[in-house]
Amino acid sequence: MSIELEHVSFTYSKGTPYEKEVLHDISLTIEKGEFVAIIGHTGSGKSTLIQHLNGLLHPTKGKALLDGTDLSGKTKEARAARGKVGMVFQYPEHQLFAETVYEDVAFGPRNLGLTEDEVEQRVREALQFVGLDYDALAQRSPFNLSGGQMRRVAIAGVVSMKPDYLILDEPSAGLDPGARRDVFREILSLYKKQGIGIIMVTHSMEDALQFANRLLVVYDGRIIMDGKPAALFRERRKELQDVGLDIPEIYKLKDALRAKGLAIPETVTDTASLLKEIRKRKGLK
Amino acid sequence: MLGDITLGQYYPGNSFVHCLDPRTKILVTLLLIVAIFLAQSVPAYVALWVMVFFVIAISKLPFLLVFKSVKPLLFIILLTLAMHVFVGQGETVLYQWKFIRITQEGIAMGIKMSMRLMLLLMISSVLTFTTSPIVLTDGIESLLRPFRCIGVPAHELAMMMTIALRFIPTLLEETDRIIKAQTSRGADFQSGNILQKAKNMLPILIPLFISAFRRADDLAVAMEARCYRGGEGRTRMHQLAYRGGDAAAFVFGIAMIVFLVLLRWGPLAAKL
Repeated sequence: MSIELEHVSFTYSKGTPYEKEVLHDISLTIEKGEFVAIIGHTGSGKSTLIQHLNGLLHPTKGKALLDGTDLSGKTKEARAARGKVGMVFQYPEHQLFAETVYEDVAFGPRNLGLTEDEVEQRVREALQFVGLDYDALAQRSPFNLSGGQMRRVAIAGVVSMKPDYLILDEPSAGLDPGARRDVFREILSLYKKQGIGIIMVTHSMEDALQFANRLLVVYDGRIIMDGKPAALFRERRKELQDVGLDIPEIYKLKDALRAKGLAIPETVTDTASLLKEIRKRKGLK
Repeated sequence: MLGDITLGQYYPGNSFVHCLDPRTKILVTLLLIVAIFLAQSVPAYVALWVMVFFVIAISKLPFLLVFKSVKPLLFIILLTLAMHVFVGQGETVLYQWKFIRITQEGIAMGIKMSMRLMLLLMISSVLTFTTSPIVLTDGIESLLRPFRCIGVPAHELAMMMTIALRFIPTLLEETDRIIKAQTSRGADFQSGNILQKAKNMLPILIPLFISAFRRADDLAVAMEARCYRGGEGRTRMHQLAYRGGDAAAFVFGIAMIVFLVLLRWGPLAAKL
């Protein structure tokens, strides 16, 4: 089970004066069960890249495959394959349209041609997954909810399709810290319980370090780094900074502590264990 | 998907024509349009074609680009030609069958009329190719200002046009994103009858309207916060100013009219 990109190049507005190649010869395999974070500065081609993963954009050159099925095809299999990759765009709450939360979340499952009973089941599950109370909210208008709740309804609308892969484009943009935490907790539980593949675009190095088990760095339409987040932040920080990105604050803190003579091991990547290390080294309880 | 729609057709450049004042370009284009309507004889049309080629050349636009601007109206041009050729009036009948009467005069008239349309399209697209929509709006505002005393709301019209132009690409982008989002939730916009198709558009239209209203609201607040209170006493960052080149352009426009008037009614007109 995997999504594969084979030598994918993509050119916007081909044949006009504004023609621009934004992806250059990208080859990539994402397995089901991976949690991939994609980072890169604005205009690096991240958004274009993820839209190839579920067939919203078709490669100008090369191929995008899901389990061997070409995602850009017009066949039934291609359609079904595209349906297995869910996409949550930036500010997904801007795409809500239905009169009730129930109707909006049910939109995807209905398009799959499920019976009304199955649809209801899916909606219940999806709302539960994003931590919303079905009985209290299902019949309310999505436009009267808070920002964080709206975003969760929108994510539920994609989750209810039961995708094998879920792509999220900056899922926490514009949310307050509390709502942010909630959204990430739900994504993580979805990942752990359903074993799906998650592909998340983010600008936050902290999020990439905390959640992902694989990190892709996109620069100028190419994938310049691909590996474990902790390893990349440890070994290639100079390169990351050269392409306008940064390393997580905790790495800077570790550097500062090391400069003060506290030997913090490289394996420490979260605040709790960092605190433990400091206490240990300082002989504190 | 929708990104391919180019609004206006501004072709960035730095030529003599690009750098003219927008008011000059609008007025000279009007002069040249008058000149086109004055043409009747063959030499006059030759002169006009030379003029159009000359203008395209100094605007440094690709010729093909300007020729393509004729395409949207190609059908009307061909229809004009056909109408004149097949049902034209005239003495010298070349072919007749029932009501179809092809005459030499008809053919000549058809060619003239379709050439006139092509010239009009090409000269006015030079204007839109060399002037960005925003600058064009500034020019229109400035030209309409004298008519304020008879109740033409020049500033308000220009502001509305500017805002509309500014937000069309934004809304297109938004539409594109919403279409993609709903597509990835399995929405189908192609199949079904018209009623079904219209119903399928709702998941796009509703979010789009909501976002347009939200943007309008934000914009109103932002303008209010910067003390916008209409056009009275408002100064501009880019002042329009006529320069030497503008005078040359006016001279060129007027010369074209004088030349075509002479070709039509002047001493030599009878011989042509």
